[in-house]
This record gives sequence, C-alpha cells and structure tokens, in this order.
Amino acid sequence: MAADLTNPGVPAEVALGHGQQAHAHAEHHDDHEHEHHEEPWLFKYVFSQDHKMIAKQFLITGMLWAIIGGTLSSLFRIQLGWPKATLDWLEPVLGHWVSAGKLDPEFYLAMVTMHGTIMVFFVLTAGLSGTFSNLLIPLQIGARDMASGFMNMLSYWFFFLSSVIMFISLFLSTGPASAGWTIYPPLSALPQAMPGSGAGMTLWLCSMAIFIVSSLLGSLNYVTTVINLRTQGMSMTKLPLTIWAFTLTAILGILSFPVLLSAALLLIFDRSFGTSFFLSDIYIGGQALSNTGGSPILFQHLFWFLGHPEVYIVILPGFGMVSEIIATNSRKPIFGYRAMIGSMLGISLLSFIVWAHHMFVTGMNPFLGSVFMFLTLIIAVPSAVKVFNWIATLWRGNIRFTTAMLFSIGFVSLFISGGLTGIILGNATLDIQLHDTYFVVAHFHLVMGSSAFFGMFAGVYHWFPKMFGRMLDEKLGYIHFWLTFLGVYLVFLPMHYVGIAGFPRRYYAWTGFDTFSTFADLNMFISVAAILSFVAQFVFIFNFVYSIFRGRRATQNPWNSTTLEWTTPVEGIHGNWPGAIPAVHRWPYDYSKPGAADDFIPQTVPFSATTSSNLPHEQEGE
Amino acid sequence: MKLALLLAGILVLVVLGLLFRLQVLNAIYSGSTKRQIGGSNKVNGLLMMVFLVLGGAAFAWSYVAYHKETLIPVASDHGVKMDSMFWLSMGVIMIAFVVTQILLFWYSYKYQHQDGKRAYFFPHNNKIEIIWTTIPAVVMAILIFNGWKQWAAITGPAPKDSVVLEVMGKQFNWMVRYPGADQQLGNLNYRLIDATNEWGFDFNDQRSIDDLTPSEIHVPKGRPVLVKIRARDVIHGMYMPHFRAQMYAVPGMPTQFWFTPNKTTEEMRTETGNANFNFELACSQICGRGHFAMKMAVVVDDEQDYAIWLAKQQTFTAAHPEVLANLKPAATGAVTQAVAPVAKAAATVLQP
Repeated sequence: MAADLTNPGVPAEVALGHGQQAHAHAEHHDDHEHEHHEEPWLFKYVFSQDHKMIAKQFLITGMLWAIIGGTLSSLFRIQLGWPKATLDWLEPVLGHWVSAGKLDPEFYLAMVTMHGTIMVFFVLTAGLSGTFSNLLIPLQIGARDMASGFMNMLSYWFFFLSSVIMFISLFLSTGPASAGWTIYPPLSALPQAMPGSGAGMTLWLCSMAIFIVSSLLGSLNYVTTVINLRTQGMSMTKLPLTIWAFTLTAILGILSFPVLLSAALLLIFDRSFGTSFFLSDIYIGGQALSNTGGSPILFQHLFWFLGHPEVYIVILPGFGMVSEIIATNSRKPIFGYRAMIGSMLGISLLSFIVWAHHMFVTGMNPFLGSVFMFLTLIIAVPSAVKVFNWIATLWRGNIRFTTAMLFSIGFVSLFISGGLTGIILGNATLDIQLHDTYFVVAHFHLVMGSSAFFGMFAGVYHWFPKMFGRMLDEKLGYIHFWLTFLGVYLVFLPMHYVGIAGFPRRYYAWTGFDTFSTFADLNMFISVAAILSFVAQFVFIFNFVYSIFRGRRATQNPWNSTTLEWTTPVEGIHGNWPGAIPAVHRWPYDYSKPGAADDFIPQTVPFSATTSSNLPHEQEGE
Repeated sequence: MKLALLLAGILVLVVLGLLFRLQVLNAIYSGSTKRQIGGSNKVNGLLMMVFLVLGGAAFAWSYVAYHKETLIPVASDHGVKMDSMFWLSMGVIMIAFVVTQILLFWYSYKYQHQDGKRAYFFPHNNKIEIIWTTIPAVVMAILIFNGWKQWAAITGPAPKDSVVLEVMGKQFNWMVRYPGADQQLGNLNYRLIDATNEWGFDFNDQRSIDDLTPSEIHVPKGRPVLVKIRARDVIHGMYMPHFRAQMYAVPGMPTQFWFTPNKTTEEMRTETGNANFNFELACSQICGRGHFAMKMAVVVDDEQDYAIWLAKQQTFTAAHPEVLANLKPAATGAVTQAVAPVAKAAATVLQP
C-alpha cells in the first residue's frame, strides 16, 4: 500500500484506517487544560465542535448538493439540446413530470430554479465558505479552534436542517419552488400563478430562513475568531490573503443576509397572512385579488441587496485561496500583498452599492440606473488589479503544477473571461438588449459559477492533506482539471453567441419564435459539453472518496508552504498544536527570498534566524 | 438489452479502476511518489500552451462560423447606436481578454519549474500598481460616459408626436390596445376584468369607449413609438429584440419604453432574404408554465399602410357591445343614444 511504503514510520492503525482515525490520538485542549479522553463517536463525527470536523461536514454536504445541482443541469440541458426528443426514458426518475415523452414545462422551471438555489447557496456559499473558513481560519491565524465551537456546530446543523427541508421540497407532488432562484413575486407569491409557488415555495422560504441563521452563526464566529484569536505576532498585515478573504466574506454575509431574511419574511406575510408588501392590482385565476399598494420592485431591491454581495460571498474565498496557492506554487511572494487586500476591501465595499444593476429594465427610475451603472463599472478596476497581480506573481516564478495550482490558473482564466463581459452588462444601455438573455447566463456562470467552483477545487486539492492526512491522487487530478477546464469553456463560450442573438433565459424551448429558431446545433453542442463536464466530476468524487481511505500519506508540509497550518501535526489533533501555539514573526509570503537556504521561510521563523536573507527593515524588526 | 448495457458499464468502471490501481503501483515502484516534481510538470506546462493556441484558434474559428447567426438584425434608431457601442465595448474587452489570457498561459508555460532555478523575489512595486489601476479606471470612465449619454437619451421622455400604444402581459399572452379617435387611452381598473373585458376597461371613462384592441402590433416606420406597458398577474418582460427594446411589465406599476423603428417588415424581408421574416414580441421575465410561448407579432408599416391598417381596426366596444349593456342602468340608456355626452357626464361625476 502506498501509505506504508512511503511512510514506514506511521503507526499501523493510522495508515490502515482512514484519516479521521488520527483523531484517536490524545486530545489537547488549551495548554493549561490537558484532558486525555476519548470522545464518543456521536460527538466526534456528528455533533462535533471541532472546526476541522465541521469543515469536513460542510464539504461533504456541499458535494452531495453539487451532485444534485449538476444532475438537474444535465436534465434541463437535455431538454434544451434536444427539444423534440422523446424523454420516456426519464420517466423512472422524474415520474409524472414526464408525460407522453415530454418534460413538463413547469418542472423545467423547477429544475432551473433549484439548480440556481442549490449551487449559489448550498454549494458555493455553505459548501465553500463553510468548508474553508472553518478549516483554515483557526489553523492559519494560530488558534485552537473557533471562538465558539458550539455556535459553529449549530451553524452546520442549521445548514443541515435547511438542506433537509430543501431536499424534501424536491419530491412534492406540486414540485419545488419554480419561480427562478431570484423568486420574484408575484409569481412566487401566488400558488395560482404556478404550482411550484404552493408548498414548494413555502418550503423554499423556510429552508432559506434557516439557511440564513446558519450563515449568520458561521459568519459571526469567523469574524470574531479572526479579530480576537490571532496568535502572538499575527498582525492583520501578516495574515495570509485567505484569511482576509474569509473575513470580508463573513462581513458581507453578516450585513446582507439579514436583508434577504426580511425579504423572505415579508414574502411569507404576503403569501400567508394577506399583506400587500409586494402585491398590487392583480387579476389571476379568474379573480381580482384585494391586494393593492404593494410593489414587486421593492422585493427586487431587497433581494439584490443580498443578491449582489452574495456573488462576492461566493467569489471572495476563491480570491483568497487562489492567491495563496499561486504564491506557494510559483515559489514567489504574492505580488502586491497590500494592493490585494486593498482591492478586496474595495470590491467588498462596492458590492453593497451596485445591486440595482440587476434592475436596469424593471421600470426603476432611469436616474438610479445611471448611478448604478457608474458604481458597477468601477468594480472592474479592483478586479483588474487582482488579475494583474496574479499574473505578475507567475512572472519569473518557478512554477509547480500541482492540481491545486492548475485549478488556480484555471480560476484566473475563467475570472477574466467572465468578468470582462460584466463590463458589457453593467452598462445600462447595453443591458437593455442583453438583460435576461443567455449572455447573462454565460457571464455569471463563468465569473461566479465556474470560477468559484475552480477556487473550491483548488482549495480541496491543496488542503486535502490538512483535512484527511492523505494526498489526493495527482494523475486523476490532472485528468479532472483538464476535462473540466475544457468542458467549462465549451459550455459557456458558445453561450455568449446565443445570448448576443437575444435568446431569453428560462425558456423551456425556443422553437416557438422565428427570432430564436436558429442555433439548434449550438444548443445541442452546449448540452453535450455540459453533460460530459458533469460526468468528469465523478473522476474527482472517486479520487476524493478513494483518497480519504487509501490515498498516499501526507507529510507535514507537502507543498513547502510558509503558513501556520503546515506546522500542525499531520493527524489533525483537537486543539491543533500539541504544545504551545507558535508565534508568528513574518508575513506569509517569504518564498525564494534571496540569501535564504530554502525557497520558503515559514511564518514561525524569527528574523534572527535568517540574518542572511533579511531585508534592511527586517534586521531591526526583531 | 438494459442488463447488457448495465454489465458493460460496470465492466468499463472495473477496467478503469484496475488501470488506476496499476498506475498507482507503478508510481510507487518507480519512486515518482517520492519526488517533489515529476515529469508531469512538463506535460502540464506544455498543455498550458496547447490550450492557449488551440483554444484561441477554436475561439477565432467559432466567431467566424457563428457571427452571422449571432448578429440579430437591428430595426430601430437607438438600436443602431447601441449595437455600435456594444461592438466597441466588445473590442475593448477583447483586447484585455487576449492580452491577459496570453500572459497567463505563456507565463505558466515559460516559468514552469526547472531544477536548480530560483524564483525572482519581487513582492511589490507601487509604480506598476498605480499604472494598472489608472488604465482600467480611465477606460471605464470613457465607457461609463458613453453609456450614460445613450442611456439618458433612450430613457428620456418620448417625443410629443409619438405613436402611443399599450401592451399588457398576462399568463400567457400579450394584449395590445391603441387609443381611438380621441387619441387617448382610457382608464383601466383591474377589478373590472372578466372573461370578456380582459383589459379591465372602465367604461365610465369616456376615453375607453373608442380604444382599439387589435390582435397584433403595428407601428409606422420613422415615427417614435411610445409603448406603455402593464401586467395584470405576474411580472412579464416586454422584449422586442430587433428594436433593442426591453422593459418589465409590472402589475400595479405601469412602465414604458419608446423607440423609433427604422425598417419596415417588408424591408427586413428583403434585407434578410427571408420572405417570412417577422418582428416578434417575446416575454423575457420568467412568468410561469407558458413563459416560453408568450409571443405577439409586430409589424412595421410605412406611414400610409399604417394609417390604412389603423382605420380598419375595430373598437373593443364595437366588438363586444354587451360590455356597455352591463354598465349602470342610468348610463346604459344614454350610451345607446349618444355615447360621448354621457361618458363626459360620467367623467365629470368621477372627477371631484
């Protein structure tokens, strides 16, 4: 077995069992509180308060959701690629939603809605932030655990509860929520408008309310931990960029998710208690409703006040992890560390004042449109700075193509491709034509969907050794990366053509319009590429599951990295460090420093130990 | 048959699993698991270049192959300007796209690991940061200014001589009405909607009585057209792609959009070489089961044809005389004698 051959010194029970058995080693709490006790199984794996275990719970739940979300996209791509095909063969899976060989148009909308909800919230918010903020914040700032382990546990279990509710909604006879992931009322408010707005919508709102509780518990904990529990010497300007990114992500979540909660509550009132926050002058199902004076546009303001920061909640963790991974594997300091922090601060701030660019053509006052166009296009500047800094980090590096590095380079490429079209869509004039077309779909799937997924993959490949004490298989990783990278471009690049031609999104079929009767071949091509890309993810899932149990044993610092998490024992013990928490003396990017013996100097090494490589101002510092 | 497929699938998976196992064992045997950097680093570096070159070529090819299909013909004054702004902006972002992607993949390839080499310690350079902050900022400022000028013109008030019409979105079709001889659209009240009076015309308002309700939209070429937009159940999106016109139809909040069509349907048929070409009105905002089928035909006539067409349209009240019979008894008798004075009286009553 690989593990035994490469690491003969590892105790047999660790090598044979899976990585989590490493926890069986003595538990270390605080220095002054040595408790050597075996935690019962239930509290070690299920109701765990250890941030590393909670991270794994978030990751695995997120992966299960990603499989469901991906399956839904494959199903509706079948409909879009082959609109005339007979889909009898799907009947065993979809039941009464396929009749006479045709997919039900309402279930098509349900699948689109659930794909969006699942991917944005359950995978790329909970699965991404939940996993890596939990895993890396205590490890990289030098803390024993989160500020509140109990709240952290609650955060996961609220997420779990919200997942269960959303999952149940998939099996309702009237279908899950179907009004699009943005659930604009009145469509989402009135069961008469579509069956998915009945029980499915009720469960959606309950699930999301609980999800928001989970997100807030998690975010408050992350911010508190970063502010209060940094180890000695870990000033804010010595933090790895990952931590800056996770902190800003958490702040965005704290400030914006409550607004979504308010929107959801008001919608619940409108649906169930006869209020008229979002409803006015409606005649539906042969009946004039009594609601007057509400505004459906108000909901959109509230929704996008979360919705726009949300896309940065999704992408910021990727920014952080990719910066870290690119620096480590280029063996170079990240270029412009302070500019990177500054641009993340700028993006975070701006993310709160651009929401109405989703609403240029809603009938909103055109003057507001001008203001939001101005603010929106400013975001391009800090985003461009980030891209230039990443590229400058590669310049004259000594690049190791680990799988994580490949996914990070892929991340930058996709972020450029998707981000640039934001300049088109943020222009109110051009948005008149492109709003709600496939151009938008292509744009955000590249810039926040695929990029965030690539950031997540990069993180999993890079920090898998910290999670499970073993390595993911690199060869399978390469296959996974190249298939996915190619696949993503083959899916979303052609989608821009379809979008420029004006094809509206959330259409069950375009064949009814002369204007949209072209591109049948391209839509089929996109569908094939989408389904193949989805299938390629099973290479990763196999690798993930296999490597947890049988992967090569990790060494303590497999990537020769400088940050604190690589000074902890491979087994990942409770409390993180067996002895005292190490103090930090330098920033996290001392790679290839001239005069140093190795091409990396860990943050724990004092300047007094590296006199040959110190820069002038560092000589005095210690 | 199904069983055979299942077995074949399992067999393929087993073979893949064995291959993977062999690869792992081989890696251990050859000792490559102990090396920090193996031969795969070179392979991946090379693939970066292969991806850049082949990907770039495929992108260029796809553009050449599809750009004709992508260019949807434009038929409005502001649409022409919008299109040129779109392609100009695309040009700008394309420059950024090509430069950054080439640098990204080229550097990845060029600076791949070499034994004995050391990376260049280059943590920051404020001058460079300022340069590449300023350039995008200036480019953005230009794009914003251009966009804002157009936006202000497009969303500004419609010219006084505009042709006015109103569309109403409902699950799942569009309706359209034109003002009658009085040149004014009458009041609507959603509580008056029923199977016949689908608009909810308020016939106590004299202006409603001569409103025309054709089954398709006609507009004259060369004159500004002001489309007033309503929805009666959920939000719909009024989208006429050829006119580069889009605006939500929101229940309880009438919206509007104006444009000047500059090509007739006939001209478009000649231009596109498609004898069956038609302008279409689509729904762009998800509205339920029939969202994908909410279509209405739009015809652009020259002034003369438009006038002829308009003259042929029937008023709603003429097509459905019974709606006037349902009015309050006092009004009903009067309407049969003379529509105008009674309606005027009704209007006076309503206006305090």
